[in-house]
Amino acid sequence: MNVNPIVGVSVPRKEGRDKVTGRAQYIDDITLPGMIYGATVRSSIPRGKIRKTSFAPDIAWDEFVIVWAKDIPGKNCVALIADDQPCLAEGVVNHPEEPILLLAHPNRHILHKAISAIEIEYDPMPALFTIEESERLTEIIWGKDNTFKTYLVEKGNVDETWAKADYIVEGEYTTGAQEQLYIENNGVIAVFDLEQGITLWGSLQCPYYVHKALMKLCNLPENKVRVVQTETGGAFGGKEDYPSMIAGHAALLAMKSGKPVKIVYDRMEDMVVTTKRHPSRTRHRTAVTREGKILCGEIDFAVDGGAYATLSSVVLSRGTIHAGGPYYWPSIRISAKALATNAPPHGAFRGFGAPQSLFAMERHMDRIAAVVGISPVEVRRRNLLKAGQTTATEQVIHEPIDLNQLLERGLALSDYSAKKKRFQKENSSTIRKKGIGIATFLHGAGFTGSGERYLASVVGIEGRADGRVRVLVSSTEFGQGTKTVLCQIAAEELRLPYEAVEIAQPDTEQVPNSGPTVASRTVMVVGKLVQSAALGIRETLVNAGFLRKGYSPEEFSEACSRYVAERGEFKSWARYEAPPGIFWDDENYRGEAYAAYAWAVYIAEVTVDLATYAVSVDDFVALQEVGKVLHPILARGQITGGVAQGIGFALYEKVIWQRGRMQNGQMTNYIMPTSADLPPIRVYFEELGNVHGAFGAKGIGELPMDGPAPAIVNAIEDALGLRFDSIPVLPEDIFQTLAADSRSQSASLASQGVR
Amino acid sequence: MSDPRRQCEVSLIVNGESRKLRAYPMERLLDVLRQQLGIIGVKEGCGEGECGSCSVLMDGVLVNSCLVPILQADRANVVTIEGLAEGLQLHTLQQAFLECGGAQCGFCTPGIIMAACYLLNKKPLPTLDGIREGLSGNLCRCTGYTQICEAVSEAAIRENAKRENAGRMNVGSVNER
Repeated sequence: MNVNPIVGVSVPRKEGRDKVTGRAQYIDDITLPGMIYGATVRSSIPRGKIRKTSFAPDIAWDEFVIVWAKDIPGKNCVALIADDQPCLAEGVVNHPEEPILLLAHPNRHILHKAISAIEIEYDPMPALFTIEESERLTEIIWGKDNTFKTYLVEKGNVDETWAKADYIVEGEYTTGAQEQLYIENNGVIAVFDLEQGITLWGSLQCPYYVHKALMKLCNLPENKVRVVQTETGGAFGGKEDYPSMIAGHAALLAMKSGKPVKIVYDRMEDMVVTTKRHPSRTRHRTAVTREGKILCGEIDFAVDGGAYATLSSVVLSRGTIHAGGPYYWPSIRISAKALATNAPPHGAFRGFGAPQSLFAMERHMDRIAAVVGISPVEVRRRNLLKAGQTTATEQVIHEPIDLNQLLERGLALSDYSAKKKRFQKENSSTIRKKGIGIATFLHGAGFTGSGERYLASVVGIEGRADGRVRVLVSSTEFGQGTKTVLCQIAAEELRLPYEAVEIAQPDTEQVPNSGPTVASRTVMVVGKLVQSAALGIRETLVNAGFLRKGYSPEEFSEACSRYVAERGEFKSWARYEAPPGIFWDDENYRGEAYAAYAWAVYIAEVTVDLATYAVSVDDFVALQEVGKVLHPILARGQITGGVAQGIGFALYEKVIWQRGRMQNGQMTNYIMPTSADLPPIRVYFEELGNVHGAFGAKGIGELPMDGPAPAIVNAIEDALGLRFDSIPVLPEDIFQTLAADSRSQSASLASQGVR
Repeated sequence: MSDPRRQCEVSLIVNGESRKLRAYPMERLLDVLRQQLGIIGVKEGCGEGECGSCSVLMDGVLVNSCLVPILQADRANVVTIEGLAEGLQLHTLQQAFLECGGAQCGFCTPGIIMAACYLLNKKPLPTLDGIREGLSGNLCRCTGYTQICEAVSEAAIRENAKRENAGRMNVGSVNER
């Protein structure tokens, strides 16, 4: 064993030094000789037929490279799941800002002028903009019924249970779109030559998604498309599928011009045209006993997917499975659907459907508590899942998790009971009303159901001639510390110093497809494969007789060099295999939805100022069980960052839509939290371990996005005694709700003859 | 706009080095730094002075270089993230950001470190609220700011300790006389 463990220690980040010195090269920092700049001409209407395109005469159009849909050598689609989204619209457009044609020019500054000199005429068609409009089917805009996907989860017999209820509690909850707002906008560079095919560098999460999309679009074989991730300035899901679109555009321009082409979006283009979190609507109907115990429930979950299918079916899946929260439901029915509207497609954003359905669940728990007349804490105590019980998909909880103990610890850390009493006493004499709210929740790590089996991710470790080892994965670093943690895992398994392990830059020519960097799967799933591949390296050296069992790092290094010298290339591969006993029924959405869950209790303390109607978060406790924490500083950073995005989701970030187009696509009018808006976020971990993850780790990245919004809105209700069931809750929403409440109070006083 | 005769001559000091160049008067300092001088540590995040990724010090004052026309920077002394480390020796702030988890994706980091540098120049030992206020013109989407504030606080403490040590050594050398 290592005398000094590497896993569980905050080692220096592999990717750290270049980031603090300004040397890290992001896509816009790279300039190739002869490079020209690309731009996109987009639709100005939500839906219609393209009638005519005209070019104003005062521009030297012969200096431009122009690409139309007819120039596409392969299939005109952004290949992902359904292949329904064109790379360039042909004949019809289905949302505002849909790409229609592409321009490129050596001078990036004249592209704006050129775009505005192109006029496109349309025959407009009726368009749909909300979940309600889409489900009314007054217009069919996608498929047969505007529906990308439906799911039905059924456990027990819900219909026979309603009669046994003491109370039936109903509620409807909605969440708005949210922009990922990574600080580096989307961007790529494409180069084409006949010998090598396409090489694409870009700010992206999933190099192999882009690889697959470019093969199909450009009609090129696997070995004629190379995708390389450059340093990526944040992603959060926003660079999961969209880079396939912008990469396609740059590739088409590069193929037509024969020159390197860079496309980098400016902030407004990035905000207005790229994916956002799906807006959602969740309806709950729950049967409970007098004591507040849940008997059964029906949950209707609907998300707005925008104009094309993209990732909506998968987002819907995660939202559906998480919709029942961390509670025991003797019987439950969850019906879910993803609907089409004429907005740009919504996509992946940290949490991926779960923050939406969990917001509803956690608000609804407080509703149940209020109806039954018990506290928000008590209603959770009485319904939290216990080890051995089953989830909504009938997955047995095998982990030794004690959620009630986790809840009690959260309450103690936040001084919940004392604060709750104090706020109630003090609120009557101040216009700064204070409240405290809880959310208890879970988040499944890795792909849903059989997803990891289909992915069949591969990871490699290379022993090199210089005696060092190199990790080969397509998992990308965009702030989380991917490179650091995967190197820690390899070093620990090989009993080598952390410094002796390197990691390759994700480049489809150099690394295998270890799956996309999404779904909180990197440390748990890919990390476990890194561990297996490392084991393979060690065993090969031992079995070859090059290395004794209790080796020193120096001996390992010598053995590794010797192996390469005598036998050539030295690589060990590990491919994902589903653990035995995992059962998942894709038809009926039943079984082991995730290999492991992370569990959490978040507690928010807020002040609502009745002079300004602004809400401030004064204290935030984030307590979670995430298995083994491999790098404490990075793990804590994931939680504080996710909580901040969750606070934005709850209180600040509102996308203003007008006929399917975002109207506030600027950082000046789409407001995310600044350092002055946030409290210090207090992070606590419990580490029970997990048999499926590397050294006992579980997924962690998405979890912190799920809890803040409901905890905060529950705290606002605690402060004001008024319900808010739609987020974001902006000061104007609070003002309106208070105004409506005082109107209804005076109306009821008047009807009672009271003055 | 694209008539080179309309360009003007600009001279400025960037990270201690004198630079002379020609540029259109309204070109952004950001573009001149990045495109003409190859100083890529200065980042563009929003182009409208909201995110602070392009923050640099101009004559000791923190500015958004996307809002500064190059003519305004004529004869100015500009310091960017590249001007902080001395050779391989990181600036105290850079070291603290590394150790405390102050940088995640790294894109806002150069601007935030410049803002922190300006803050500590003005207030060598700021309170936590002072740090939050001082950095509120720079957006970070990754960290939730907690570890950034801790890094700035840590750097302030280390710089202060250095000053005190230096003070003691000076006192010592006076006594030896």
